[in-house]
Amino acid sequence: MDRFLSLFQDYDILGAFWANIQLTFWAALGSFVLGTILALMRISPVPSFQWVGASYVNIFRNTPLTIIIVFGVLGLYSQLQVQLNENFNLNFFMLAIVGLTVYHAAFVCEAIRSGVNTVPLGQAEAARAIGLSFFPAAWLIILPQALRGAVAPLGNVLIALTKNSTVATAGSVAETSGLMRTMLEFNGDIALLIFLIFAVGFVIIVIPIGLATTWLSKKLAVAR
Amino acid sequence: MATEPAVRPLVELKNVNKHFGALHVLQNINLEVTKGEVVVVIGPSGSGKSTLCRAINRLETIDTGEILIDGKRLPSEGKGLAALRADVGMVFQSFNLFAHKSILENVTLGPVKVKKMKPDAAKDLAMGLLERVGVANQAQKLPAQLSGGQQQRVAIARALAMKPKVMLFDEPTSALDPEMINEVLDTMVELAREGMTMIVITHEMGFARKAADRVIFMADGQIVEQATPEEFFTNPRSERAKDFLGKILEH
Ligand SMILES: Nc1ncnc2c1ncn2[C@@H]1O[C@H](COP(=O)(O)OP(=O)(O)OP(=O)(O)O)[C@@H](O)[C@H]1O
Ligand SMILES: [Mg+2]
Repeated sequence: MDRFLSLFQDYDILGAFWANIQLTFWAALGSFVLGTILALMRISPVPSFQWVGASYVNIFRNTPLTIIIVFGVLGLYSQLQVQLNENFNLNFFMLAIVGLTVYHAAFVCEAIRSGVNTVPLGQAEAARAIGLSFFPAAWLIILPQALRGAVAPLGNVLIALTKNSTVATAGSVAETSGLMRTMLEFNGDIALLIFLIFAVGFVIIVIPIGLATTWLSKKLAVAR
Repeated sequence: MATEPAVRPLVELKNVNKHFGALHVLQNINLEVTKGEVVVVIGPSGSGKSTLCRAINRLETIDTGEILIDGKRLPSEGKGLAALRADVGMVFQSFNLFAHKSILENVTLGPVKVKKMKPDAAKDLAMGLLERVGVANQAQKLPAQLSGGQQQRVAIARALAMKPKVMLFDEPTSALDPEMINEVLDTMVELAREGMTMIVITHEMGFARKAADRVIFMADGQIVEQATPEEFFTNPRSERAKDFLGKILEH
């Protein structure tokens, strides 16, 4: 028990979790916005938009996240001199958010598209029949219903994102998986305990997300 | 010199053709509907009635020919099309009320978002129309909380809110339980009496007799016969129409 408590004194475990939560929060926001735009492109009647949306999804859904994050640091920053912030650490942090965003946006797009499939075709036809053109019809009629039908798959993307935020360590961001590695190096005798701390930590973060999405998807379901 | 016709038709189809793959669903359709006229379209399943109706407000494209609304050619896409669609009200078999919006919002949405009407004015207009179709007391509910007959009357109010020049109805009562059919037909008869131009696909002969000026019989993508309702139902000329009427009268 003493060792357990001293771990929390010697290492900033909560701080590391806080870093993951922040990464998750900003990337969730970013990928939700980008994924919505991509989904709109994919359902639009304009072939070139459809093509851009489909290509994006195929590229980023099939590229390993680690490759994207490492490219952010070694490609964008070191080689192409892309700097998002003066502060060295904050810059890596922001690059990791960008990497997580572009990757998960592909999954958000597909989750929203599965929601669009829950909306009967007649809804779009009725919208067109009162004179709404594509964008207002999509924005006012299709998306609000599609999002309600996509709560469960979007929740799954958020859960994946929460766990995937640990890949940010490959982008030189201080967060849980990096901290766990350091702790294991110096406290090999209690390796299992250290693993459990991090595993349980993530379970505590992720379970409420699952419960919330289940509850929300029932509460928001569109009655037909 | 050709003389100008006394009244320009409100809806005019000229040599309209449409294929679904190899299927020739609309075969050289010519049709004129004048202002205030009520036309009932009748015919066997698959004869192209819905496609005709949907082509008139361009929910379906056509291959060749012309469709004019109040003398204006249907634009193919974009803003012009949206504006012209607003002139053509459409009522669907399956109501298609916006499921996530209240009854009132269903009716105000078009005026506010398409016609840029002030929300207060749109609300007054919508409440007046809901009153007229007899569902004003349900204004705050969601569509799923209403009966089919009530939903269809809301759908009529939603279309009327755009002040359309013509209303299209595609089998508006065929998804309804029998006891709700009349409440919807009554609303439509009243609309016809007020002078609305209407194109109605329906097998309700009572409605056709009461409200229609003309019956159009379609079969295999063609307009086979046109006549007044009385004439058509009592004395159809074509074999196809006789055959068809024989079948629906058996029920
Ligand atoms: N989107 C489509 N793609 C391919 N074929 C279609 C499509 N829509 C309709 N059809 C076909 O076109 C023909 C005419 O269809 P339409 O819906 O216009 O008939 P209808 O007269 O309205 O029939 P019903 O009385 O059953 O509603 C049918 O054979 C139908 O199967
Ligand atoms: Mg039909």
